[in-house]
Amino acid sequence: MSILVNKNTKVICQGITGEQGTFHTRQMVEYSTKMVGGVTPGKGGTNVDGIPVFDTVDEAVKKTKANASVIYVPAAFAADAIMEAVDAGIELVVCITEGIPVLDMVRVKRFMEGKKSRLIGPNCPGVITPDECKIGIMPGHIHKKGKIGVVSRSGTLTYEAVDQLTRLGLGQSTCVGIGGDPVNGTNFIDVLEMFEKDKDTDAMVMIGEIGGTAEEEAAEFVRKNVKKPVVGYIAGVTAPKGKRMGHAGAIISGGKGTADEKFEAMTKAGIKVTKNPADIGSTIKQTLKQ
Amino acid sequence: MNIHEYQSKSILARYGVAVPKGRVAFTPDEAEDIAKNFMGDKLCVVKAQIHAGGRGKAGGVKLAKNHQEARQFAEAILGKKLVTHQTGPEGKEVKKVLIEEGCQIARELYLGLVVDRAKQRVVIMASQEGGVEIEEVAAKSPEKILKEYVDPAVGLIPFQARKLAFGLGIDKSLVNKAVKFMTGLYQAFVDSDCSMAEINPLVITKDGNIMALDAKMGFDDNGLFRHKDIHEMRDLDEEDPREVEASRYSLNYVALDGNIGCMVNGAGLAMATMDIIKLYGGMPANFLDVGGGATKEQVTAAFKILMSDEKVKAVLINIFGGIMRCDIIAEGVIEAAKEVGVKVPLVVRLQGTNMDLGRKILSQSGLNIITAEKMNEAAEKVVKAANKHSQ
Repeated sequence: MSILVNKNTKVICQGITGEQGTFHTRQMVEYSTKMVGGVTPGKGGTNVDGIPVFDTVDEAVKKTKANASVIYVPAAFAADAIMEAVDAGIELVVCITEGIPVLDMVRVKRFMEGKKSRLIGPNCPGVITPDECKIGIMPGHIHKKGKIGVVSRSGTLTYEAVDQLTRLGLGQSTCVGIGGDPVNGTNFIDVLEMFEKDKDTDAMVMIGEIGGTAEEEAAEFVRKNVKKPVVGYIAGVTAPKGKRMGHAGAIISGGKGTADEKFEAMTKAGIKVTKNPADIGSTIKQTLKQ
Repeated sequence: MNIHEYQSKSILARYGVAVPKGRVAFTPDEAEDIAKNFMGDKLCVVKAQIHAGGRGKAGGVKLAKNHQEARQFAEAILGKKLVTHQTGPEGKEVKKVLIEEGCQIARELYLGLVVDRAKQRVVIMASQEGGVEIEEVAAKSPEKILKEYVDPAVGLIPFQARKLAFGLGIDKSLVNKAVKFMTGLYQAFVDSDCSMAEINPLVITKDGNIMALDAKMGFDDNGLFRHKDIHEMRDLDEEDPREVEASRYSLNYVALDGNIGCMVNGAGLAMATMDIIKLYGGMPANFLDVGGGATKEQVTAAFKILMSDEKVKAVLINIFGGIMRCDIIAEGVIEAAKEVGVKVPLVVRLQGTNMDLGRKILSQSGLNIITAEKMNEAAEKVVKAANKHSQ
């Protein structure tokens, strides 16, 4: 088993006819993801490599029975695209787009209240269950099927961690990139809870970074509710205060959200932390031996 | 992006938020003219315009009795390097002053808006401790901060503003003015894609007005595309020149104090790279994220920026190729090295998509490059190289 996505997940791509959308749709198909359709307003009736394109998500869902969507539309239109997917009843909406205005996301979250959809991202690499389903932009070949769950706010740093795991022979159940924005769809707690319940996940890796208090809240959740081993890493020990470090959400504001505070909260919660990003894989290996 | 006080006040005024009458001056002549003809030669305040707080304590805010004094103060402040707790020891040069009418202050309060990340809503915060930094109040007596979270579907509702106003102990005869002030401020915040807006102090004057004595607005860079007018308020003098150059190429760059330059793809990996350099005894000179799909031109520009920093004694390029192909990075580095020369040791670690091709391109380039396969190995090598090169 796995969480969020598996070999039966039927995916549509919003923005499929754009450069990024087409490129990554091909990559996802190559990874054997069931890509059943695409949406680009005004291009309904056409196709991309034989994948049918629709004008609206509603129509795409009715015709293809898709239960997941991946969004590659430009930032200015991404909030609209997320809400269209939610309105059409898509269960899992994965938004890759970087640079969505924060206040757009505040409105999106309000719109999603009471609806059944789950949003992953935005500004994230996506979700992958190795050998079954890849929704996003991560390089598929570095992953390996297995029993470690990975959740992270970062993209390439997650690839780094996954690569370490795979080289040590530790496969992954599912890897979830929750994204680097201050207001996002799914948080650490949501994913850790799913991994805790998933019988095919034995241990978890949690990769956070400076800014906000999501890691502290997740640590508290782990202390109370998680029995499986968790390994944690936080990026940004050397980050200066008040400066945005690439990700919109990676900023220490008002002295809050430092890496030290997060490491401390994780350690207190019984999470095995490593301060060396090159040791994420070996730390989980040691943890599993104990 | 941040803007100056006088610019913030001009935006707020459009939303019916009360601000003192004032104008900006770039020269002592202009300052005198504004004080004499626009202010009617009455009591006025000369305020240094820089993107940093603590101006008053640093001598950047002066009360002038007449236009002659306004001129004297403008002469003293303009061109001066103001050092406050927010500017760093090097200070910031003052290039303009705001000339503003003075007022009789009865009370000083605090009002601020930010996006609360945990609640995922805009929060409006108010406190009776005007003139004090909100972080200080939050640390010492958090119960003194009143908060209202705004539902984006309906906006700030008047009753929420009233709750804050009564909570601040504002006289009931002034509550409606306070409500107008707060709802205007909220509307300005959402209409302009702000990331923060702070009125500190918010003053109640002896003649019964509520006014923004100071105003600070910060904007969500991701929202600026829909606010051309605000984008034009950007003051490049207030930013690090290398950060400005990087932003021209859509690169994320932050200058730091160390001597090891870094070029990395992805923000998380870039921070992790800085951290591992420190772990191995070095200090990063910068944060630089070339993004997930950088072009050869961007990589070249990034490399040039690193080389322009005189402090840099060694460079670490750490790439995990996903969308980004390692061969593109290799070509960009070679291109830049040809143009600007490589004066310091260069450690390169390429992993992921097309790493073999990238490594081959670099090894055939004839450049003196130290290669590494793993992150810790790369960090160790670059720290050693920087130490050696510094001697």
